[in-house]
Amino acid sequence: MLTKRGNTLSLTGSPTRSELIDAIVEMYRVAVTELPQDVVHALQKSLKKETGPRAKNVLETMLRNIELADTETKPLCQDTGIPLIYVQYQSDKYKQHELKRILKDATKRATKEVPLRSNAYDVLQGKIIGNYPIIYFKETKDKTVIQLLLKGGGSENVSRLYQLPDLSIDAQRDFDGIEKCIIDAVVKAQGRGCPPYIIGAAVCGNMEEASYRAKNRHLQLITSKNKEPKLAKIERSSLKKINQLGIGPMGVGGNTTALGVKLTTRYVHPASWFVGVSVGCWSMRRTTLKLP
Amino acid sequence: MAERYINIPFDYKEVKSVRAGDEVFFSGRIITARDQAHHWLLENDFKPLHNAVLYHCGPMYKEEKKGIEIIAAGPTTSARFNQYTPDLIEKYSVKAIIGKGGMDKGVSDALRNRGIYCAAIGGAAVYYAHCITKVYKVYKKEFGMTDAIWELEVKNFPVVCMIDSQGKSLYDQVEKASLKKLKTL
Repeated sequence: MLTKRGNTLSLTGSPTRSELIDAIVEMYRVAVTELPQDVVHALQKSLKKETGPRAKNVLETMLRNIELADTETKPLCQDTGIPLIYVQYQSDKYKQHELKRILKDATKRATKEVPLRSNAYDVLQGKIIGNYPIIYFKETKDKTVIQLLLKGGGSENVSRLYQLPDLSIDAQRDFDGIEKCIIDAVVKAQGRGCPPYIIGAAVCGNMEEASYRAKNRHLQLITSKNKEPKLAKIERSSLKKINQLGIGPMGVGGNTTALGVKLTTRYVHPASWFVGVSVGCWSMRRTTLKLP
Repeated sequence: MAERYINIPFDYKEVKSVRAGDEVFFSGRIITARDQAHHWLLENDFKPLHNAVLYHCGPMYKEEKKGIEIIAAGPTTSARFNQYTPDLIEKYSVKAIIGKGGMDKGVSDALRNRGIYCAAIGGAAVYYAHCITKVYKVYKKEFGMTDAIWELEVKNFPVVCMIDSQGKSLYDQVEKASLKKLKTL
């Protein structure tokens, strides 16, 4: 049986393959048409604090769009992105290659039924071939959870990878340098990636790790607290500074430029400090599906 | 912030007095174009675009018995088309461009005494789909339906003029102010 609470779905019993596919299609439908409550609340809160008349209009229209998409079960945004799927699974219950097949089949069905916009362009063939999810697997001991993240091309295009030191923005290998990267990404993005932004950042020893971890910060609730006080401090201070830049929602000016900043670190290499900054648009679409 | 209701097609003098910051509600035919279409439009002559309103958009649709229904149609990032747009304005006398995120100085120079750039709200796709009342035709389907050129009828399509025909760009002002602020943070 499939139950739903906010943007979290739970499947119980002993689901068949086709029931698993149904549940994943439903996960897509929820992600595409219902914005998570923490994001909606953050937008509502920022509307109350926003003073710019144009910015207020923009935020009101965003909230109106969220209502329309929900009540009419229509996609919040026409750009449903490249589906990103994060799978944690118990290997005694599920096989990775089977889950992969199921996720691909479900994506194909969701593309038609939800619908999703076909976004996978084959460079070699020179044509769109549908949708092709990017899937990350991680084996766990005690739970199987699938998380779906949809992020459009506009915000992906303004995401960045920095290498410290970066003299062009006066950023050294320290906390201040990390903060400068986060703020610089927003200054360079201006209104092009659909602010108010939700920022994910990661400090790592190589480029793919920094990009991956910056991006998966988007799976966290905006309201979640960073357990590491040093990182929590940078999150707060960079968010405050970003909202003083005056870029505003959609770049029309205003004090709502970002809703949240999430930061993580891993070990860096003595020679390599990479800072990934994943810029997410206000329409941060994510769903969780818990499997038995 | 003035409000202007404009029926398409229109002469330049209709938008001459529209100032950056004004709200504009368009009604009439608009043409969509994305990446591949821009390239194609410069190499070919596409009659419906002459003196028209261009919308940077790759809509999402559903095929119904009565025809194609647009279900989500928000703007795409305009900056991707900076390199094509001055030539496009010159060739087709495009009177207004609707997109998101703004365009560069080359575009605002090309729009001077010719037309305006207006912003729609990115991600507000259902909201804008409600303003699309008819799909006339879909051209260049071989680009894929998202990148195809859609000829649409809109009614009271709400946008904000961000670059006016006098060269004033609100994006420039916002960017300059943000760079100035950055130095003090």
